[in-house]
Amino acid sequence: MSDTPAIELKGISKAFGPVQANKDISIRVMPGTIHGIIGENGAGKSTLMSILYGFYKADAGEIWINGARKDITDSQAAIAAGIGMVFQHFKLVQNFTVLENVILGAEDGPMLRPSLSKARGVLKKLAQEYELNVDPEALIENLSVGHQQRVEILKALYREADILILDEPTGVLTPAEADHLFRILEGLKREGKTIILITHKLREIMEITDTVSVMRRGEMTATVKTSETSPEELAELMVGRKVLLRVDKAPAQVGAPILEIENLKHTDSHGVQRLKGISLNVRAGEILGIAGVSGNGQTELLHVLGGYADATGTVRVNGSEIDLTGKHSDGQSRRARGIAHVPEDRHHEGLILPYTAWENTVFGYHRDPAIQKGPLMDNAAIRAEAQAKMDRYDVRPPNPNLAARNFSGGNQQKIVLAREIERDPDILLIGQPTRGVDIGAIEFIHQEIVRLRDKGKAILLVSVELDEIMSLSDRIAVMFDGHIMGERLPADTNQTELGLLMAGITDTAKAATA
Amino acid sequence: MPAWADAVLVPLISILLAALISAGVILAIGENPITAFMAMVDGALMKSTGWGYTLYYATNFIFTGLAVAVAFHARLFNIGGEGQAMVGGLGVALVCLYIPFPHWSLSLIFTIAAAGLFGAAWALIPAYLQAKRGSHIVITTIMFNFIAAALLNYVLVNMLKPAGAMEPATAAFPATTHLPTFFDMFASDGNPLFRGSPANVSFFIAVAACVLVWLLIWRTKLGYEIRAFGQSETAAEYAGISPVKITVVAMLISGALAGLMALNTTQGEAERLVLNASEGAGFIGIAVALMGRSHPVGVFLAALLFGFLYQGGAELAFWANIPRELVDVIQALVILFTGALDNMVRMPLEKAFLYFRKEAR
Repeated sequence: MSDTPAIELKGISKAFGPVQANKDISIRVMPGTIHGIIGENGAGKSTLMSILYGFYKADAGEIWINGARKDITDSQAAIAAGIGMVFQHFKLVQNFTVLENVILGAEDGPMLRPSLSKARGVLKKLAQEYELNVDPEALIENLSVGHQQRVEILKALYREADILILDEPTGVLTPAEADHLFRILEGLKREGKTIILITHKLREIMEITDTVSVMRRGEMTATVKTSETSPEELAELMVGRKVLLRVDKAPAQVGAPILEIENLKHTDSHGVQRLKGISLNVRAGEILGIAGVSGNGQTELLHVLGGYADATGTVRVNGSEIDLTGKHSDGQSRRARGIAHVPEDRHHEGLILPYTAWENTVFGYHRDPAIQKGPLMDNAAIRAEAQAKMDRYDVRPPNPNLAARNFSGGNQQKIVLAREIERDPDILLIGQPTRGVDIGAIEFIHQEIVRLRDKGKAILLVSVELDEIMSLSDRIAVMFDGHIMGERLPADTNQTELGLLMAGITDTAKAATA
Repeated sequence: MPAWADAVLVPLISILLAALISAGVILAIGENPITAFMAMVDGALMKSTGWGYTLYYATNFIFTGLAVAVAFHARLFNIGGEGQAMVGGLGVALVCLYIPFPHWSLSLIFTIAAAGLFGAAWALIPAYLQAKRGSHIVITTIMFNFIAAALLNYVLVNMLKPAGAMEPATAAFPATTHLPTFFDMFASDGNPLFRGSPANVSFFIAVAACVLVWLLIWRTKLGYEIRAFGQSETAAEYAGISPVKITVVAMLISGALAGLMALNTTQGEAERLVLNASEGAGFIGIAVALMGRSHPVGVFLAALLFGFLYQGGAELAFWANIPRELVDVIQALVILFTGALDNMVRMPLEKAFLYFRKEAR
């Protein structure tokens, strides 16, 4: 290994208006290593990588690649410098084949055929070398998410990238797919490629990286050898204070069933059946976690229970049935029955982003007679109550007149959580409680969920983060393709078994539990 | 960018740009833009009669502007103000012709109800089709404008036209339904204010409508739901707000507001129902709502500006050696700059504000 870093960034700074996204960042990545960059949302990771890939121009600083200073003005320049990027949201043409996507923008000459046959050969070679098997003639839209990601990696390798940047690559993968990806990355590393892995998952950093840089509020707070650090230390570096990574909770004091679901079926507007006969129950004082890769019906389950998707089957709340299709099947009726809902998508469902924080603190409960004054809404009282809630939930900045869109993800989630929990519901539906939420706020949100459980409420938790499901739930149900694949107790199961269930594989799971 | 700049500076610069280009056009046909501008100001703002006309036009634009604004808050584009105003006029005519009133004030209560109901009814079908069938409201409201014109033509020619009359119009309304004009209200023997101008008591109804719309949109739970639905339909469904209900209710309110315009034109000015009583105000309402940022105060100010353009434009055609059509060009430019080219002004202004803030630090 030479002493020349594959990538060296010197004093990179970048501001967007008044926001300093990157402040004097310097970093050295040695060739043939996997370098992790970890930090909370908004810490500046993506901005830094966008500068490296030529999407943004840094206000100050230099980029050196393999010992030579490069002026990366656009992505073409980045590719020419040997940098490849795999985005969190893939940039693939859905109705093109794998081959067509790979050569897109890298065609030789006006005719496609020579490029395609050349690419076919290269892809074959890459597939053998790195376990990157994808059918070159398959259409992207028919590929699984894991395979689509491989196409993104192949695209970069086809352009002869020596440096590969992956932005949150495991967010959309099952645990098995993530393991496969890591094997691919190990293989690439052995061949001398340099890899930068951007993630917010500490486990991945510990598992695969050689060195790790921590970013906080636009600054690089530390760069350490992974073997010489611990998840606790990294979390502290990210947040700036000690963080409890484990969820601290007493054993559940389980009571009677509050939410009983029998044979629930839902067909979406495209005629696709999304729920294929779900039966579950959630008892007082317990958290039922629904694990699963996103897109397997969890969203639809929440929508049906939240009152904004029709379904057949039976749902009972405190023993009495609720209307699933008729006049009394809407969000208002559900709230009246004591069902509160923190939706998965707080930007499009949980909040009206242009509304102020105080307007959002009554969203869904705005018809409550207690906050009306004659024909008008009692805005002064709502605002005062919002201020009190924001103080209790430590929402920052504690300004109820600020529009919801101006709060960070964690603080937006706290606003939604405060609204739903403070209504003292019997049942809390909560989807992806910590998606896009910073570590400091995750701790707080988890504590609030457990606190509500300990008050004897029934909680249905949906999350694609298996760690979160494992640490929060008192019982785990795994969803795959609109079915419940099985229920497990957290103490009796592990990530491997849940991962298989999440991929719809029951035989081995049955064998394991038999 | 601070809120005041967004609300005041952007439209102001847009108007200035429109004025500059208008000046260029006037120069190009060999006239003096300053003389032309002075003629407009003189005709629209310097005499009480001019004001009487300006406020008369502004009254129309306030009603139609509010109509478009309310629908905008629910993210519905009501282009049917024209038709809704025409049908509102029919309601006013029927009430005035067939119910005997002892006093105009009593008639006004009934005509307000009739104009609103007829206008709302005309908006109901497009609203229902949008809410239930997904038929696009822009298409259906435009079509309903044509249907309204045909309907009015039929009703006037075949049913309401007095026997022997040659003109497709109703008989004159009884004197007890005539609304007091500004001349009746404000002129004294020594000071004949607003003489000969059509501004009438319905201007105050329009101002009251501004206040009521403001209360509705920003202070009631219905307004809260309308705005929430307009910002995010998925969030509205999450909260249990029915998209069908909000679409229909917002369009009914919008149609009623457009219908109220007939108070001013039909009862207040013509004192009978004529063909094309809406005078294109339904379309100007779109520009007024866009320019006024769908806020009642903004709509009021924008309506005044368009009132000035209408009256000043008429004066221009009268006094200066400028063809009548040029007035349309000027109005079109104002609509273009304030409505369609909004971002052309906004973006550089936003950049400028960011730059100066950085410098200040």
